[in-house]
Amino acid sequence: MSVEVLSTLHEALQFLAARPDALVLGGGTDLMVELNAGHRQAHAVACVNRVRELRAWLNDPVAATVHLGAAVTYAELMTEPLASLLPALAQAARTVGSPQIRNAATIGGNVATASPAGDGLPVLAALNAIVHLASAGGTRDVTFDQFATGPKRTVLRPGELITGITVPVLQGYQGYSKVGVRNAMVIATASACLAVHAPERSIRLALGSVGPVIIRAVDAEEFAAGAVDWQAGGASDGVVTQFATLAAAAARPIDDHRSTAAYRRRAIQVLAARLLRRAFPVESAGTAS
Amino acid sequence: MSQVPAAPIGTNLQYRLHVNGDDRPVTDAWVGESLLFVLRERLGLLGSKGACEQGECGSCSVLIDDELVCSCLVLAAAATGQTIVTIEGVAPVGSPSDVQQAFVDAGAVQCGFCTPGLIMAAHSLLQRSARPTEYEIREQLSGNVCRCTGYGRIIEAVQQVAVSRRETGS
Repeated sequence: MSVEVLSTLHEALQFLAARPDALVLGGGTDLMVELNAGHRQAHAVACVNRVRELRAWLNDPVAATVHLGAAVTYAELMTEPLASLLPALAQAARTVGSPQIRNAATIGGNVATASPAGDGLPVLAALNAIVHLASAGGTRDVTFDQFATGPKRTVLRPGELITGITVPVLQGYQGYSKVGVRNAMVIATASACLAVHAPERSIRLALGSVGPVIIRAVDAEEFAAGAVDWQAGGASDGVVTQFATLAAAAARPIDDHRSTAAYRRRAIQVLAARLLRRAFPVESAGTAS
Repeated sequence: MSQVPAAPIGTNLQYRLHVNGDDRPVTDAWVGESLLFVLRERLGLLGSKGACEQGECGSCSVLIDDELVCSCLVLAAAATGQTIVTIEGVAPVGSPSDVQQAFVDAGAVQCGFCTPGLIMAAHSLLQRSARPTEYEIREQLSGNVCRCTGYGRIIEAVQQVAVSRRETGS
């Protein structure tokens, strides 16, 4: 029986190698709920939210990436300078829970929990983030879309830890939008992140809470990239409508205690249209296609 | 074959917590106990309230290393070596803090259950922002649920503290 408060990555990986059954505790905002409710039993707990390497983040302007240690909190993500480097992640962070939750909850925890409703996840999906994993035996990198295999299911192995996430810094508009029953303290009924990378003329759209994992609306992305007016920064109403229709078609929502599949699909349509209009605010007449 | 009776599972943890300036030993604790549970049931600090135990209501709010958190979502044994301030540590009994007095003056207290958490959140907010707008106050207190007041007088109380701190330069 032990609770280990770990302060270095080496210590953390050694402990997990010795106790692969240990629960990994980050900010506690998911795991403690399960412990409080008796849904999980704790025999050994590895507390990683004070591990030095996991608390750090690094901006690499040459590579145009930000490396986020897994224990960077949502409160930190919505504060400068990270907020300007990764604006959609800052927007998503601001919608997470409450100040109390954001002070504790970590980006690594959000990824590890792999809830389809995780607020940070559509952003990481849209930005093509890389998840870094480590165990006493070595390290490996997994692209974000390969990390979660289902609701709360991931490729993490026993004894393995998320050490960080590398997030590309894009050029162009990026935003996160969410539908829920309140402004604060609310889990997403549906959510979406749109990110533009102007040098590549690419538009990415990732959808949350409308499938077993985060979904990239690839058809909508490809359509928009060819149909918007890149020069003027505009899109016709017809392009916005078609983009939203394709986004809704990509969603795979279900009926559950929070909402219905039909409502969620409609919400994605609205969010996608809103985000594309924010990214291309000029109401141009025609389409490029 | 004789067997040694097994010890109760996971109830043998011992650690120390730094709460309100005191070093408090915790003994015979279970691995999975929340800080809220330990504060109330083991250390006798009943000011922090437990309601939802899932971080939704904010009534268990405390400061850990100056950060506002829900103590129900903190693993108690993981809070060793950190500075914990609960509502009992905000001001001595009988001489309320300016925030506590403002809540009384504004009539921001009805049943009182949410009040300790709101006082902690208000102190945290005013420490970070000397001139909070109403919107900022609403956002910063959004993790604290009050079912009596409708929040109007709570927001007035926080605004009143901000004004009087500016006037007195404190």
